[in-house]
Amino acid sequence: MAQQHHGDSASHDASHGSLKSYVIGFLLSIVLTIIPVAAVMNHMLEGKPLLILILAMAILQFAVQLVFFMHLKEGENARWNIMALILGMIILLTIVAGSIWIMTYNQVAH
Amino acid sequence: MAQAHAAAKGGHGHHDHGHHDLESMKTFGFWLFLITDCILFGTLFATYIVLRGNTNGGPTPEELFQMPMILAETFILLTSSFTSGLAVLAMHQGKVKQLIGWLIVTALLGASFIGLEIYEFVHMVHEGATISTSAFLSGFFALVGTHGLHVSLGLVWMIGLMIQLRRRGITPVTKRKVEVLSLYWHFLDVVWIFVLTVVYLMGVM
Repeated sequence: MAQQHHGDSASHDASHGSLKSYVIGFLLSIVLTIIPVAAVMNHMLEGKPLLILILAMAILQFAVQLVFFMHLKEGENARWNIMALILGMIILLTIVAGSIWIMTYNQVAH
Repeated sequence: MAQAHAAAKGGHGHHDHGHHDLESMKTFGFWLFLITDCILFGTLFATYIVLRGNTNGGPTPEELFQMPMILAETFILLTSSFTSGLAVLAMHQGKVKQLIGWLIVTALLGASFIGLEIYEFVHMVHEGATISTSAFLSGFFALVGTHGLHVSLGLVWMIGLMIQLRRRGITPVTKRKVEVLSLYWHFLDVVWIFVLTVVYLMGVM
């Protein structure tokens, strides 16, 4: 009985991440912060490649936080969370990309 | 007898499950809030990106941003995201003191982040870079200021939760509250990473 209970609580803990997953997430987030900062400060790349690199690092960092810290894929509502997040991201990208596009290329006022 | 025990246990389990469902629905509701908050920050980011070239003869991003301080802010916030995770971990092990301890560490890191940000803003205003100087600075203060406001609200919330944890200990309700607060804190960390990338790194590159 006690053993079963112990098993239960262990599986319960697993759905909220372990120390290992937090440490991995923390180390990854530090590495993913240092790479773009080093690239910008040391002028390792220029122009568009640099822009793509730092944006890619930010998006990877977002994924690391979601998976390792916010436990997006775990828990009972995982599917709902992911669906809501995808919907939110579609709206977000539409707003951001749409604003930049229309303000950059369609300036009738000029 | 055994059957009665099993039935009672089953009933208890069912009750537990029902209660747990309600709490997890509340956590899901908080996810929805975070997603709408994402959209709020998205519009502010879009505004900033559109306006950032319009400096109106005022200071440019390269002249204003002090990268060493920004990097200090970044690593402080990253570390506080990690310690709020450790707080949740301590909570699942049932260690109230450890939980409150990690929350205090997280709150102190958050407070030093806010302190550095206020210092940065005051410094900028002293150099003549206020919210009304140029469209770029209006976008900048709206975006970075909104993030700072979120962190400050998170700090007030965290202090309130620590008081409640001291009084009531770890219950299903306080458990959910700590989880939700930690989600909020990780979310602020994600937003800051995009502020660092879009505002500061793209500003000085």
